[in-house]
Amino acid sequence: MAENNRAVVKLQERFADSVLESKEFRGETTVVVKKEKILEVLKCLKQDLGYNFLTDVTAVDYLGQEPRFMVVYHLYSIPNKERIRIKAPVTESDCTIDSACALWKTADWLEREVYDLMGIRFNNHPNMVRILMTDDWVGHPLRKDYPLQGPDREPYKGRLS
Amino acid sequence: MASTEIMTLNMGPQHPSTHGVLRLIVELDGEVIQKITPHIGYLHRGVEKLSEHRTYHQTIPLTDRLDYLAPMSNNLGYILAVEKLLALEVPERAQVARVIMNEMTRLKSHLVWIACHALDIGAMTVFIYAFREREKVMELYENISGARMTSNFFRVGGLSRDLPEDFEAKCQEIVDTFPGHFDTYEGLLTKNTIWVQRTVGNGVISAEDAIDYGISGPALRGSGVDIDLRRDQPYCGYENYDFKVPVGENCDTFDRYKVRLIEMRESVKIIAQALKKLKPGPILADAPQVCYPPKESVYNSIEGLIHHFKIASEGFPVPEGEVYQGVEAPKGELGFYIVSDGGTKPRRMRIRPPSFVNLGAIEKMAKGSMLPDLVAIIGTLDIVLGEIDR
Repeated sequence: MAENNRAVVKLQERFADSVLESKEFRGETTVVVKKEKILEVLKCLKQDLGYNFLTDVTAVDYLGQEPRFMVVYHLYSIPNKERIRIKAPVTESDCTIDSACALWKTADWLEREVYDLMGIRFNNHPNMVRILMTDDWVGHPLRKDYPLQGPDREPYKGRLS
Repeated sequence: MASTEIMTLNMGPQHPSTHGVLRLIVELDGEVIQKITPHIGYLHRGVEKLSEHRTYHQTIPLTDRLDYLAPMSNNLGYILAVEKLLALEVPERAQVARVIMNEMTRLKSHLVWIACHALDIGAMTVFIYAFREREKVMELYENISGARMTSNFFRVGGLSRDLPEDFEAKCQEIVDTFPGHFDTYEGLLTKNTIWVQRTVGNGVISAEDAIDYGISGPALRGSGVDIDLRRDQPYCGYENYDFKVPVGENCDTFDRYKVRLIEMRESVKIIAQALKKLKPGPILADAPQVCYPPKESVYNSIEGLIHHFKIASEGFPVPEGEVYQGVEAPKGELGFYIVSDGGTKPRRMRIRPPSFVNLGAIEKMAKGSMLPDLVAIIGTLDIVLGEIDR
């Protein structure tokens, strides 16, 4: 169970007020933390617990729920061969979170992609501009309220799935 | 006093050595690179968005088109993630076939890499030879899936069809002949003065920097980091195969070249071991709510037809939850993160593209070197724009 994981125990000790939830599903550990503490949590994982490789930064849109977004970090420990997933809820009204660029350079492009497609701004990011869409694009395509066929078209209704 | 001026040069998106529609804005002091600003996204098709509107089976053909030089690795990463969500056990024959085809895919991708990389640096003979060998793997692809590139061969729970009768003989031919071809490439390149001068000391990135930039795959191993997901986080029964993980020392283009060449030899060894394990048996898991019925049943019985129709039109529900599955694709760590809310379509499907993250380090690797060296660095990163832009 997640409670036996060394990293989870340590995080719960050190960030008792900020760890919102920890769970295990299909052998994968997920820890949800408050977004205000995300940098400190990532720093602790990187420097004290050996999670030295930031695999991925992404976000999930839970439209209709509050908080609406979840920013997801996948970390990998090269020495211990372990993975951990850190999530931080972000509300629609305050759609920002601190950038992890100071800890890993790889966060630069990954966070730009999250901003481009999901519209979550990263504070203190050195270059917070779009990366896949053109600079003058309006909207964030991976949001659930962004229509699949594009912003100006009626949804196509003739398809089963 | 001579005055100096920074010159801005546009490279791409139509440029033969950018391996696709990559555009680089290069700022030069004379011929020395000061700054590189990559512009990507020309090939963005919104695969992640599309997959939220499709059933789990309908997304498999989309994954073929990510890294189009290694379609089966993409298929594999995706279906493994879905199978993890479903907690589905896959039969032995399908597992072994997946390992064989995954390693064939690695050979195919690395052959294109060595061909284009050598051509970029001026060694045209290797290009012709490597494409000749790649044709053998393409024929095998066509033989088992009907398509040379967009194979769409794996299914959630197993394979789309059984392997043809002459499959083992064709694989054996590749196992027998390829090591000799690798010797040819090495003979043409490893001690070739031009090759050595262009690659030794080119595009150096230390192990710490490589980890910092999130580089994965052969590029990370070339920098001396001993990591391979096939060994460290085994999937498809890779723990039962005996293979070496090559690691470089000098963190330069030449070491990455050596690492990839050894990887190709190791892939051939894995295929040889897998061929011995390939026994007749079922190719799909016993999970009728997920897997398509056999074609004989679809063509000859109304129940089979209904079964097929239901899975093809409605899909299958997947338990609520989230999983991440990383596989060691030829380019690096390819990850699929799927969030399901219990329905027949994923809430979110995220692809962690190795080429995208590796390309992020290009400025670090090329700063301070000459403009022609940039071509060698793009080659050694082994990027595919279909995967970067998704």
